Amino acid sequence: MPTFEYAPAPESRAVVDIASSYGLFIGGEFVEATGGTPFKTVNPATEEVLAEVSEASADDVDAAVRAARTAYTRVWSRMSGADRGKYLYRIARIIQERARELAVLETLDNGKPIKESRDVDVPLAAAHFFYHAGWADKLGYASLGADPRPLGVVGQVIPWNFPLLMLAWKVAPALACGNTVVLKPAETTPLTALLFAEICRQAELPPGVVNIVTGAGATGQAIVDHPGIDKLAFTGSTNVGKMIARSIAGTRKKATLELGGKGANIVFDDAPLDQAVEGIVTGIFFNQGHVCCAGSRLLVQENVADEVVRRLKRRLGTLRVGDPMDKNTDVGAINSKAQLDRIAALTEAGEAEGAQRWDSGCELPTAGYWFRPTVFTDVAQSHRIAQEEIFGPVVSVLTFRTPGEAVAKANNTPYGLSAGVWTEKGSRILWMADQLRAGVVWANTFNKFDPTSPFGGYKESGYGREGGRHGLEAYVKTGSEQ
Amino acid sequence: MSARVDVRKTYKLYIGGAFPRSESGRSYEVLAAPSGRRSSPRFLANAALGSRKDARDAVVAARKAQPGWAGATAYNRGQVLYRVAEVMEGRRAQLVQDVRDSEGLTVARADAVVSAAVDRWVWYAGWADKYPQVLGGLNPVAGPYFDISAPEPTGVVAVLAPQASSLLGLVSVVAPVVVSGNACVVLASRERPLPAIDLAECLATSDVPGGVVNVITGDTAEVAPWLASHRDVNAIDLTGAADAEGVVWGDLELAAAENLKRVLRPGGSGAEAVEPDFDATPDLTRLSAFLETKTVWHPKGR
Repeated sequence: MPTFEYAPAPESRAVVDIASSYGLFIGGEFVEATGGTPFKTVNPATEEVLAEVSEASADDVDAAVRAARTAYTRVWSRMSGADRGKYLYRIARIIQERARELAVLETLDNGKPIKESRDVDVPLAAAHFFYHAGWADKLGYASLGADPRPLGVVGQVIPWNFPLLMLAWKVAPALACGNTVVLKPAETTPLTALLFAEICRQAELPPGVVNIVTGAGATGQAIVDHPGIDKLAFTGSTNVGKMIARSIAGTRKKATLELGGKGANIVFDDAPLDQAVEGIVTGIFFNQGHVCCAGSRLLVQENVADEVVRRLKRRLGTLRVGDPMDKNTDVGAINSKAQLDRIAALTEAGEAEGAQRWDSGCELPTAGYWFRPTVFTDVAQSHRIAQEEIFGPVVSVLTFRTPGEAVAKANNTPYGLSAGVWTEKGSRILWMADQLRAGVVWANTFNKFDPTSPFGGYKESGYGREGGRHGLEAYVKTGSEQ
Repeated sequence: MSARVDVRKTYKLYIGGAFPRSESGRSYEVLAAPSGRRSSPRFLANAALGSRKDARDAVVAARKAQPGWAGATAYNRGQVLYRVAEVMEGRRAQLVQDVRDSEGLTVARADAVVSAAVDRWVWYAGWADKYPQVLGGLNPVAGPYFDISAPEPTGVVAVLAPQASSLLGLVSVVAPVVVSGNACVVLASRERPLPAIDLAECLATSDVPGGVVNVITGDTAEVAPWLASHRDVNAIDLTGAADAEGVVWGDLELAAAENLKRVLRPGGSGAEAVEPDFDATPDLTRLSAFLETKTVWHPKGR
């Protein structure tokens, strides 16, 4: 293979002003936290401290919930759907106007390649607001049941892998349906949410409709436990999802949970192999594999397995790992030291259990958190790397002989979020799509997202859907519901 | 002249299409609802007192039956559900008698309840080939993709049947679960189990594959926790937690969190559980509570 030498193509960070410290966004104002311990958010590619962020205490969460309740009762739930929609359209437009700023900030705080934050995260976030804006005055046409009405105050806890995009997934439908929100971004990636607070101010969104509290697990738990919360929306690990389900058992709080996955990406021998290899790369190395629906288990039909793995390794040799701010970078930094340690521990378990480890051996930066795109072959179903979510750039390769065996292996996890099927045979695609216990099935493609398209899991990948008409269901009550 | 000595019925469980006694060998007295004049409660039957093992057997039977039932065409499932209504219509006399005995109703009222229960099967039978169009559809994504969302059954559903409405309520919670291709394990009303066994006999003779509906009679407080914590149950309907002695529905929801079961909470507000008004025409809430949405993407191109 020839190696292609690229000149550095760094994106400028001059477009972003990062404050040295941030308060909480409550009732339309940035306020000081009342007692929590401030923490630092770092650039995972350099370990540079970007800003100091407040930790919201239970009292701060209470203040945010009260602000949201006031805004809900006095303003937002009374406003016409058309007017609510106009605010969401404004937000969508401001996100587009400030797209570059948001993309740079997202990449600095998260470590994802600028080309992904620029071309995926930010445009999709804007699209989610634009899509849901149009629903605000049309909920009666959404087949949600008689008389759809908002639930009230929604508590939202989002992960660090797509900080702004997950915010959009949560905030846009909640607001469109007439709810107000208290949102907690992840502790390692709070900055774009705090910039979003500025966007709400520019849009002149009524104070209290969106409140943003920063913090870690304790702050999230305070939101979950707050009696003034009517509904919870959470994206994150299955373990935390189960804790939330336990916390709200016996209450009338509703919840949607978007949890972990161990997606099977299934390649049949008649698949177009080069496209399939691209799909495998997209499936597991997009966003450093920090994707709950990642195709982390590659199931290849036995007679083409060696060929697919050979082409995959060759392709991985061309992936550019490094500075996320470089526009030519394909794989950026692991989001945190803790996550890097978890990836390392699981891959070591993979080797210890007898799977064969391979990586491209590419050079890694000396500072920051990095992990080379890694392929495990000779993986058995019982291996931890075939069962547990690694949430990193690591793919485990298993083989199968028949479609039935592919289905059995694909479905053999407690998760049920995503799956991929690669074959030229249409009837087999449709049969496989029927058999796979997964909320999203990508056939001859992978990791595609769209605001009109519902997303969510079967089994222990959580409940509820986000996006599309289905996503609205989580934010309204209908008929005689109290 | 001596009166004829009647032949009494032995009421058993319904598991996997068969009618076994409880493996525990236990039974309990079912008494008629008080009907005003009579002072001492009238003995109706010894119903099987189902056990944890019976519930587990029922889950195994449901799991085994579910894929085939889900794989049947919607047209076929609709006809099978309609057939249940036909068979119930033919067994009105016993249904009316058992509803009357169970709920203390007049003949006229019991007759109306049975009619409503039959009609409800017919109503749900008609949904079998319609809800996927109402609840699914093509998503207009911004790209060259065919992207469709369709509802699918969630799998095995545990159902706590309403305690008071022994037939209409029972039908109203079972039909929406099975119409979409789920299989279920139904825990019958503790005090009013006889209509549930009547229904099981109707199901057994109406082309519903064995195991799709399984009926356990017994103590709700004893058996429900095993179903709520069972790892191979995908969803639980807590409607029957209302008025069930010794049952705290929040505890069942807590147990259900262990495998993130889908939970349909009982009616009411706060910790209170209230049995719904089953006379009202249903909406799609109960049907959609036990569905998953699957979204399939495929590129479009030449």
